[in-house]
Amino acid sequence: MSAPVDQAKNAEKFLADTVHEQRLDKLLWAMRMRRDAAARQVPEWEELRTLASEIKEHTLSNLSQYLIEFETKATANGVIVHWARDAHEHNQIVYNLLAEQGIDLLVKSKSMLTEECEMRPFLERRGIRVTETDLGERIQQLDNQPPGHIVGPAIHKTNKDVAVLFSKKYGSDPYNEDTAYLAGVMRENTRPDFLKAHAGMTGANFVVAETGAIVVATNEGNADLSANTPPLHICSVGIEKIIPTTESLAVFIRLLARSATGDTITQYTSMFRGPRKGAAMHVILVDNGRSARLGMKRFWHSLKCIRCAACMNTCPVYRRSGGLSYGSTYMGPIGIILMPTFEVHKYNELPFASTLNGSCSNVCPVKIDIHEQIYVWREVMEEHDQIQVVKKEAMRVADKVLSHPALYQIATTTLSAALEVLPHFAVYNRLNAWGKHRDVPEAARETFHEWYRNNRADANEGGKL
Amino acid sequence: MTSVQALSRNLILDLVRGNQPTAQPMPTIPHFPMNKSGDLVASFRESIARMAGVVVNDDVSDLDLFVRTKFPDAKVICSAIPEYAGTIKPASFKQWSEASTIDVCILRSPMGVAETGSILLSDIELQVNTIAFLAHDLVVLLDPKQIVANIHDACEHPHFKQRPYSVLMTGPSGSGDIGGIVVHPAQAAKTLTVILSPAPGGVQRSG
Repeated sequence: MSAPVDQAKNAEKFLADTVHEQRLDKLLWAMRMRRDAAARQVPEWEELRTLASEIKEHTLSNLSQYLIEFETKATANGVIVHWARDAHEHNQIVYNLLAEQGIDLLVKSKSMLTEECEMRPFLERRGIRVTETDLGERIQQLDNQPPGHIVGPAIHKTNKDVAVLFSKKYGSDPYNEDTAYLAGVMRENTRPDFLKAHAGMTGANFVVAETGAIVVATNEGNADLSANTPPLHICSVGIEKIIPTTESLAVFIRLLARSATGDTITQYTSMFRGPRKGAAMHVILVDNGRSARLGMKRFWHSLKCIRCAACMNTCPVYRRSGGLSYGSTYMGPIGIILMPTFEVHKYNELPFASTLNGSCSNVCPVKIDIHEQIYVWREVMEEHDQIQVVKKEAMRVADKVLSHPALYQIATTTLSAALEVLPHFAVYNRLNAWGKHRDVPEAARETFHEWYRNNRADANEGGKL
Repeated sequence: MTSVQALSRNLILDLVRGNQPTAQPMPTIPHFPMNKSGDLVASFRESIARMAGVVVNDDVSDLDLFVRTKFPDAKVICSAIPEYAGTIKPASFKQWSEASTIDVCILRSPMGVAETGSILLSDIELQVNTIAFLAHDLVVLLDPKQIVANIHDACEHPHFKQRPYSVLMTGPSGSGDIGGIVVHPAQAAKTLTVILSPAPGGVQRSG
């Protein structure tokens, strides 16, 4: 059993580095603002969100039928469809496809599913070199780190970080921090692999049952290059990505980029229905816990996610603690509700990395009740005895105090007075997580109850508070 | 399909069937009218400009002169349209990776989308799909009559149900992965220039 991820402790390290922390916060909040502006430009925005949610709920509640329809159509189009129960089976299928043809270089575009399956190390251990062709993903690969954000994997890094990294790995100018220059270094160094590789891999944003198409949205064109240039295209896709028709696809295309970055659409929205002449196309439908999640009454709605990251960009905890602090494939609010479905014990702390402010649910393009699910996950952790002793004891005391008005009034009055005289160590210690990075605010001279008694009690005709 | 694969398939489908929530209805997707003035060409211009694409304002009567003037250093000009020869045709590329030698690629799109500034391309127009991604610069002809209002209209194009490959391309390649500021190019074309030009022989409106 893996040790639980201590998100708060990991976040402390990120917070200690004010340059990165402040930059990430600013960047992501700007994305959130752009998302809001883009949404305001579409009068039917809320109607689209409702439609997207209903389409997903319809598809997930008829998933077996749509999976079979997709398989039938894709097969008729000349695609070879595989089924993988778990990560190992997925990785083995990919490896076999490559090994059968003696392929030792794979160019791939960004896929959170392959991260979830830990496919890259699996292939590399077997002698296959994998080149990530998405700029952010490549930066993370070169830095030996997982993605820190599902849309911008290296968004937490500064230009200086990338310049230094590229100079070490590619021999480029370590002092040139210009973004266009750095993107050019990536282009120069990736292009030879596109031309040399005999296999390319993509994920999928959507899978259309009606046409047997996989749909991939990118800005860099790297998915189109990965899929079109080599003679073998492998696509890995989670079974929840399916939607019924091309007509319904339109709803999601309109929501995806606007929710993610505030753009109206990605530079490339590409549909692959079958292989070109003389080439091969394989689609691997991956379960890896999704079918089990479908049966979780309180959590199956999380399968509606279209991986836009809007919930992450708006989350005050994510913006201030960075994606790597979650120690998980999926991070931020959506990560909090997905990861415990993989391993409850390892991710038992994640549901507490939230203020439950509800902003994540408000921006979600498919209306997942994210903050409510986070709250329920806290209850599940309690049910499964997965809450740390300090947190559990604090909640037990809070429960007792808050459910007894007299006790509450004594506590607030006493605490206000005590804060004025208590020594620093008595207020700021490991029991006071809130005070780790903040000063405890000065206590008011009187509690609200005291103020009300002194100022309004007469007007209330003896009314009891 | 191997026996292991068949086993996995059946196990996954059984699990899904067993765990599916109560069936929910499929909603009706309404027709959403165009948001804005209704001037499709003006909206298309505005939308593609936001994504760093360029629409030529003037009439281009001499395509060769236009290409030679705009890209004076171009040596390999790949034309995928019958009315212009260029220096090479897509059919010349035996391996699709060979398209990396292209400086400028000339194409015709069968549809533009006003809402997003996208142009549609498929394996029909491209012939060799990589020409639009390995070429440095793209010049795309588009009949203004083939601009549709929004993505709902665009998704009705038959290419999406018939072609092995199709793409809604919106501007040149770009990336915002460093510092959140989008720069061009990223991995694919460096520029995208659209020339509004009636299709030879006339066309019906798409979608």
